[in-house]
Amino acid sequence: MTDWAIAVTPPRWRKWLLAETPQSRLQARLSRAYLSWVAFARNPLAMLGLVIVAILVFCAVFAPWVAPHNPIAGDLGNRLVAPGGEHWLGTDQQGRDIWSRIVYGSRTTLLIIFMVAITAAPVGIVIGATAGYLGGKVEAVLMRLTDAFLAFPKLVLALAFAAALGPGIENAVLAIALTSWPPYARIARAETLTVRGTDYIAAARISGASGMRILIGHIMPMCMPSLIVRVSLDMAGVILIAAGLGFLGLGVAPPQPEWGAMVSEGRSQILEQWWVCTYPGVAIFIVSLGFNLIGDGLRDVLDPREG
Amino acid sequence: MKAALRLILSVATTLLGLLLVTFIIARLLPADPVLAVVGDHASESTIEAARIRLGLDKPILVQFWIYLTNVLQGDLGESVRTGRPIASELARVFPATLELATLGTLIGVVLGVPLGVWAAVRKDTWIDHMVRFFGLIGYSVPIFWLGLMGLLVFYAKLDWLPGPGRLDFGYEEIVTPVTGVMTIDTLIAGDFDLFRNALAHLILPASLLGYFSLAYISRMTRSLMLGQLRQEYILTARVKGVPERRIIWKHAMGNILVPLLTVIALSYGNLLEGSVLTETVFAWRGLGLYITDSIFGQDMPAVLGGTIVVGAIFIVINMLTDVAYRVLDPRAR
Amino acid sequence: MKPFLRSALQGSLAAVAILASSAAAHAKTPADTLVMAYVIDDMISLDPAEIYEFTASEYMANTYDRLVVIDPANPSQLKLQAAESWSVSDDGRTFTFKIRPGIKFHSGNDLTAEDVEFSMERFVSLDLNPAFIMTQFGLTKENVKDKVRVKDPMTLEVELDAAYAPSFFLNCLSFTSVVVDKDLVAANEANGDWGHEWLKTNGAGSGPFTLRSWQPNESLVLEANENYWDGAPEIKRVLVRNVTESATQQLLLQKGDIDIARNLTGDQLAAVKKDPNIKLQSYPKATLWYMGLNVTNQHLGNPDVRRAMRYLVDYDGLQETMFNGTGIKHQTFLPDGQLGADNSTPYTLDVAKAKELLTKAGYPNGFNVTIDVTNKSEARELSASLQNTMAQAGINLVIKMADNKTTLTKYRASEHDIYLGQWGSDYQDPHSNADGFLNAPLAKRNQWATPEMEARVMAARDEKDATKRAQMYMDLQKLQLDEGPYVILFQQVETIALRKNVDGFIVGPTFDLDLYRDVVKN
Repeated sequence: MTDWAIAVTPPRWRKWLLAETPQSRLQARLSRAYLSWVAFARNPLAMLGLVIVAILVFCAVFAPWVAPHNPIAGDLGNRLVAPGGEHWLGTDQQGRDIWSRIVYGSRTTLLIIFMVAITAAPVGIVIGATAGYLGGKVEAVLMRLTDAFLAFPKLVLALAFAAALGPGIENAVLAIALTSWPPYARIARAETLTVRGTDYIAAARISGASGMRILIGHIMPMCMPSLIVRVSLDMAGVILIAAGLGFLGLGVAPPQPEWGAMVSEGRSQILEQWWVCTYPGVAIFIVSLGFNLIGDGLRDVLDPREG
Repeated sequence: MKAALRLILSVATTLLGLLLVTFIIARLLPADPVLAVVGDHASESTIEAARIRLGLDKPILVQFWIYLTNVLQGDLGESVRTGRPIASELARVFPATLELATLGTLIGVVLGVPLGVWAAVRKDTWIDHMVRFFGLIGYSVPIFWLGLMGLLVFYAKLDWLPGPGRLDFGYEEIVTPVTGVMTIDTLIAGDFDLFRNALAHLILPASLLGYFSLAYISRMTRSLMLGQLRQEYILTARVKGVPERRIIWKHAMGNILVPLLTVIALSYGNLLEGSVLTETVFAWRGLGLYITDSIFGQDMPAVLGGTIVVGAIFIVINMLTDVAYRVLDPRAR
Repeated sequence: MKPFLRSALQGSLAAVAILASSAAAHAKTPADTLVMAYVIDDMISLDPAEIYEFTASEYMANTYDRLVVIDPANPSQLKLQAAESWSVSDDGRTFTFKIRPGIKFHSGNDLTAEDVEFSMERFVSLDLNPAFIMTQFGLTKENVKDKVRVKDPMTLEVELDAAYAPSFFLNCLSFTSVVVDKDLVAANEANGDWGHEWLKTNGAGSGPFTLRSWQPNESLVLEANENYWDGAPEIKRVLVRNVTESATQQLLLQKGDIDIARNLTGDQLAAVKKDPNIKLQSYPKATLWYMGLNVTNQHLGNPDVRRAMRYLVDYDGLQETMFNGTGIKHQTFLPDGQLGADNSTPYTLDVAKAKELLTKAGYPNGFNVTIDVTNKSEARELSASLQNTMAQAGINLVIKMADNKTTLTKYRASEHDIYLGQWGSDYQDPHSNADGFLNAPLAKRNQWATPEMEARVMAARDEKDATKRAQMYMDLQKLQLDEGPYVILFQQVETIALRKNVDGFIVGPTFDLDLYRDVVKN
């Protein structure tokens, strides 16, 4: 597919991206990213993952237009309707359209992973970059802390946090974030160690920038790319933990649709009305698979040895 | 020797960290821990007495110290719901989880290692893709949902496998717990029928956990195997005409055995954790069900007791594999 | 490598096949054991002086004897159990009980008036949850020793502080006159606790069953008392397993893994009705589903808000669906069957009316309020429906889910806004619910109790003329319907689902009248 694309006259932007001798740092970076993308796009499974996630985002953004019914208002006269016709995934015990609840539930899922990302990644980056930049005792203590957290059982600890904080989306996010920052700290530290000695940082230091400023202005941005990759690799896991919390009633407060909680609510109907708890589970599975496929594709591209 | 000491020290600090975290969670509780213990009819003086008994009147550091020494002496406090010592309750339910996780890991190893090797040997063929995809599905499916679906299909609809619980319901209280591992206890009782029943009850939950373990083990095996198959010595052996099967299962396998053991041990730790959501679905009275039940009962001391046990096992497994790695792998010395 | 893989796969498939076939061939429940799935997480103590909640009173009824009990076949009649006869003095204040001879405790000790005296003194002195049922007759920690007297080894006298209708006192005794084994309990006493710590997890009764084991939130195992004075039960063992998911109960029942499922929802009952191997048995319980509204809440303090909320429940929809077979629409505090019960149901789902009332109260756009709900399938679904209909008038119910004990603890401390739960009569007399809903404990928990209301409740209790008494309760129900701090929803119908081969299980109007003694498995 890509070969075919290259055979046709390559447009100028592609030529620029594929230049053997890049003229600027930006061009070099973009070029590297483009090559990765080409390799990524050659993997059909990874592309499938991308499509799944794109659909997820689409559903979340355009939920009011995608969903045919109100996800919250129920109608007891219309409960437990089998899939087909007007409710093509059926209705639940409150007479709510399951497809509409799944569509709106995608918002909850996206919100959770987005909030976990913007909570856990900064914690990791601050701890990791500080440790890497300052070195010495500070590094020893911070990394010891990171290793300790890394050795904890994630799910159980998240459960304990969520149970102590009580149900609610913020608490679920906090519980997951508190247990998922350590890998980010490790990556940030590793990245920091490689850039710490570069001329570029030395130059900043000579020009009188303070340690804090170097850390925030120069080092942390350098950690971002690999961190973003790692965060996206973790998304599937976050979705599963969030669904697990929801299943145990520690997620989003009802009646807001959340897939894990929907599975849990459907349990009492599993024998007669199997669709109530089946479809939300399928949604969790597909979306988590989508993120995993992307992650797998990314891993292939970034670490060809494994592929 | 020095390395061993350092290792022990690092495990000790990690455990300390775990206890610090659970201690902090206990204090994070928005509800008053005293009220949870004494109940609603307590008078002011009872509340005050309980506060002192729980040590809540002391400075926070002293409280942590008391907490620490208690936990190290095996005292995890009392369950709010049942009023019984948490440590003994956990000891009672733990064998059930051990049984499940062990069989799960066994399934994961027996199927996961060959699949991983197969995928590595047939790298980039459809076999490789299938194995990887199969593994990815294992990574992506919510285990509690898969458990429900498994029960629905294999128990409710097809009637191939028995339902929730560790034995058929009417028999569960009959077996005297000796080891707490149902398959062993039924054998001790000399009841072969019940033994088969216990084993049959294990199949579905253990297979689910085994699938998760398989997903991880097959992936790591594949990756480790690929690393070996690229090596010079494999090429040399091939040139010398050593049979392919021998090259893979003897030479390459021999070299990845140690890291593979680490992988298996880690997956075992993960299964202990995975059991939390699985046991809930299968009414499997183990550590996981105990923790989730305690969450519903807002029994924080019990939740944290369970967390400490799972965490400590997790950490110790990490340590043991590390030690094994050092001892067994000549290059790591 | 491939052969290895193949043999591994084949091996495991063969193992699965063998085990699966053996599992299917296995007899499902032992012939001499009654296996029951039940939500028993409200069972927090086995001490009869503390037992007050539903499932524990069922345990108590099957392992202990009481002086008198209600006849489950005819709830307005009393039946003698540990007492052989009773009489009342002319001034109506002193009751005399002749103890039935020949009753032996499980320990082998004889049951005498000493044991009854000890049990009553213990019940009052421990002063636990149900103690008020006895203290309302003037028995106190200080005087109980003098008021309850052993006349001779088989005769007991109880002196009350005033003359009450004998049926009122005996109705109360039918719940509280549990006889514990004095010697056994006294032997396990520690620090003057009347053996409470010990009896919380042990049995000391004389009933048709003995306690074999109890794991809180897990299981309760009873064994037949072969020496029961009224004949040994046919079934040798009763195994009660805590199964919180009603779907699991249904599954287990249909597969024959259990004999009885106790907590099926309306949907599930409708489903199992079609199963030829299953039958249903039901009895209207003296138990009401209701919402308790804490009037110290800024919104709920307004009577118009409470009226509005009563218009925001889809009573009929719920009755036809979730409560199909498990509840009857009921809006007053007296359940059908009790003296003076008012079965009228003036409230229906009427959003317009509710909005009008809310506007009048100053909340045209509604408000947010939390509701504490027990994590059981029924309560969960009911709360979801309430949330849904309340939202139509802008009242946003924030659902807080926890287990029974947690929600109850919060409720008892009046830390709730709204509590969704059940209330069961303690004894078959209208005073139980009148006192409960209009005075203590429910009106106190919802901060609505007043001395005037208490006086009216007591006046109704003491009224000797039955017609007048009934009218007084009718008036009180009218008042509660209009301004009370409750949205009373349904009278519970306990419907249990049994395998066809199980006979003789008695479902009574209260949980302490659910009896296993006559159960047979054919």
